[in-house]
Amino acid sequence: MAAPGQVRRKHVTNKEKICNPEGGCTCAGQAPGAAAAENISSRRNFLKSTSMLSLNSLLGTAALMTMSDDAQANTAWAEWFQGNYRLMSDEEKARARARLERRYTREYGKAVTVDGTPPQEGVLMGYALNIKKCIGCRRCAKACVEENNTSRGKDQEIEWIRVLKMEKGEFSQEKMNQGYPEGLGIQVGGNAYSPAGVVMEGEHYYQPKAVPEKDSVYMPIACMQCEKPPCVKVCPVRTTYREADGPVVIDYNWCIGCRMCMSACPYWARRFNWSDPNLPKEAMNPVTHYLGNRPRMKGVVEKCTFCIQRTRKGRYPACVEACPVGARKFGNLLDPNSEVSRIIARKHVFRLKVEQNTFPKFFYFMD
Amino acid sequence: MDKLKKFAVDYVTYVVKGSPVFYAWIAFLCLLILGLLYGTFLHATDGLRYTGLTDQVHDGLYLANFVFLVGVAAAAVTIVFPAYVYHHQALHKVAVLGEMLAIAAVVMCMLFIVSHMGRPDRLWHMLPIIGIYNIPHSMLAWDTLVLLGYLILNFVGGFYYLYKKYTGEPLNNKFYLPLIYVSIVWALSIHTVTAFLLNTLPARPMWHHSMMPIRFISTAFSAGPALIILIFLIVRTRTRLWIDNAAIDLLATIVTYCLGLALFLTLSEVVTSLYANTEHAHGLYYLMFGKHGFTDLVPWFWGSVAANIVAFVILLTPHWRKNYRLLALACVLAFSGIWVEKGMGLLVPGFIPTPIGEFTQYFPTTLEILVTLGNWAVGFFILTVLLKGAIGILLGDIRYVATTPEMATSASAGVVTAPESV
Repeated sequence: MAAPGQVRRKHVTNKEKICNPEGGCTCAGQAPGAAAAENISSRRNFLKSTSMLSLNSLLGTAALMTMSDDAQANTAWAEWFQGNYRLMSDEEKARARARLERRYTREYGKAVTVDGTPPQEGVLMGYALNIKKCIGCRRCAKACVEENNTSRGKDQEIEWIRVLKMEKGEFSQEKMNQGYPEGLGIQVGGNAYSPAGVVMEGEHYYQPKAVPEKDSVYMPIACMQCEKPPCVKVCPVRTTYREADGPVVIDYNWCIGCRMCMSACPYWARRFNWSDPNLPKEAMNPVTHYLGNRPRMKGVVEKCTFCIQRTRKGRYPACVEACPVGARKFGNLLDPNSEVSRIIARKHVFRLKVEQNTFPKFFYFMD
Repeated sequence: MDKLKKFAVDYVTYVVKGSPVFYAWIAFLCLLILGLLYGTFLHATDGLRYTGLTDQVHDGLYLANFVFLVGVAAAAVTIVFPAYVYHHQALHKVAVLGEMLAIAAVVMCMLFIVSHMGRPDRLWHMLPIIGIYNIPHSMLAWDTLVLLGYLILNFVGGFYYLYKKYTGEPLNNKFYLPLIYVSIVWALSIHTVTAFLLNTLPARPMWHHSMMPIRFISTAFSAGPALIILIFLIVRTRTRLWIDNAAIDLLATIVTYCLGLALFLTLSEVVTSLYANTEHAHGLYYLMFGKHGFTDLVPWFWGSVAANIVAFVILLTPHWRKNYRLLALACVLAFSGIWVEKGMGLLVPGFIPTPIGEFTQYFPTTLEILVTLGNWAVGFFILTVLLKGAIGILLGDIRYVATTPEMATSASAGVVTAPESV
């Protein structure tokens, strides 16, 4: 199972609609990260009031109420001049985090911590996903949004996890012999107009009444945390890099927003903040890591970090905890007794797009 | 030092004076630049949300124009190379105009990159010395370096030549010629590295082929000289600087060969991709014929192919090529055809479908178009000023007069209309 195939039916612009070329527009969708409207509609209503105010005006008000303009300007200035996180001394790193803690606490009106826990010795984070168990409910994607302070709301929603729905449609009995002879009598395939076999009709805007749907297979994707990440190679300013314990992270304060990494990623795992992210105060998760889920700013790229703020403290990623069917497994690849290591040793395992030589640490398996 | 100061003063006093047409042209460009300022303000305060870009198609008009203009900048070599390596007399006389074009084009490239960036305020992160470079891995880092180098080479080379012309002193060939030869090789490097920027990404199968650098160079060496021919024809009619037919004819020959090569390479790519028509060919197929009912880019592709073929036929026929009205038409067609091919025809379908197979169409917004026009306007503004100054010096309208400053200004007050560019 290699490269995913094409989405045949859905066309989604960032702005308006999910269109079905065969059947017209089906619904009003949202941002690239748009997912099941059903699941988020309640939150959208809830957000309506807050999204009326732009984040900017909130910040401005917060600043006026809590802090003098001078102090805020100093923080902005210091952040602007800070160097690449990886090259900072421990002292500088601590200062940068303390500065961010002060700013976030002020902006979100709650005590925010910005952790800087470094990688632990002897740890290489790995992930395994049971593709047979996944029911496509996308609770992982929701949990991820809530944990990782990604932007929400219409036009601005970012989700790091996308669940691709693949239908068995092309395998149906009546289509099996629908090939056609070409002019010179060459029979073209068993089913030439629509390729035969399980093509990954990776539809990730599906909106079912209930999951799992009949004849559907689900394949969640997110950042594969490649051992040889093409995104890291193309970054002109070394702002994205592989940490010693595995995850590929981004220093959001050093990113220049050139989006080369997005072009280089074969898994479409990276998202861009097209404007200041819409992160309501109430929903903001105050337990953050500098390289992980701390609030981002406009114009920078972000992606899954294996919940570095949790996993470096010995916890599971939010998606693992949220999965209702236990399809998601996480652990230390260097420990032969960890759950992922045992899965890799005993189950049928595959990775996506192996021909890209990226060596993902995200494995799919079947019982 | 005194001479240099006087050079600057004379140069500036000369270029700010001109006919009403000149002022009208400048005013028109300034109007477009206002749009750029507005767009840049919105980008700076609210991010890139007002563009048509999405997480699926995240590079668009800005990056496409950047890629195209790198080619235009590199094309200065089509003047400099024959002038200094083959000692082509007619081109040798006006070689400095090519360097001026290169300066303007590189500045435009940089403006487009700034418009493209999510965080232009952090531009310093990728400046030499103060920034951090991912060398040798990142092609974008290399591209920044070669473009900056090319800008410096052309600026120093061009203005050194003009300054010496101005003072009437002979050129120091030990300094000047190495500069010229380095800049010739350097010109090839900038477009090669820009091609590597795209074709080193296996995640985008449409770009991932080894033909791209040579295709970039062949298209650049047809679009670039096409623009130069147009500029030369305008300079010939609007100013007193006469550019010999020999110069224009040689450039026309270069456009012909390179355009033919570009068409051949396009054909090769189409055959290679579409013969087997694997999933990797979806981008090209979508571009040429549309896919799943999405056909937005189809007219762009065929329009560009038609423009290039018509231009090629005109250029290939000696009788038509020598007719400068038809030549101008061919140049306009080739220039715009290649602009479309680089933008809508190369950059955008590279993102369609996405690596997970999603088809998302991209429409530039009005703001993106405003900003794009504004960036071009800045480029033409710079080009107009640089060409006006250079022509003034080549004509001897600006020259060093050792005695009193009044004499110098009176000499520079000659009535010369600026090149009212295309």
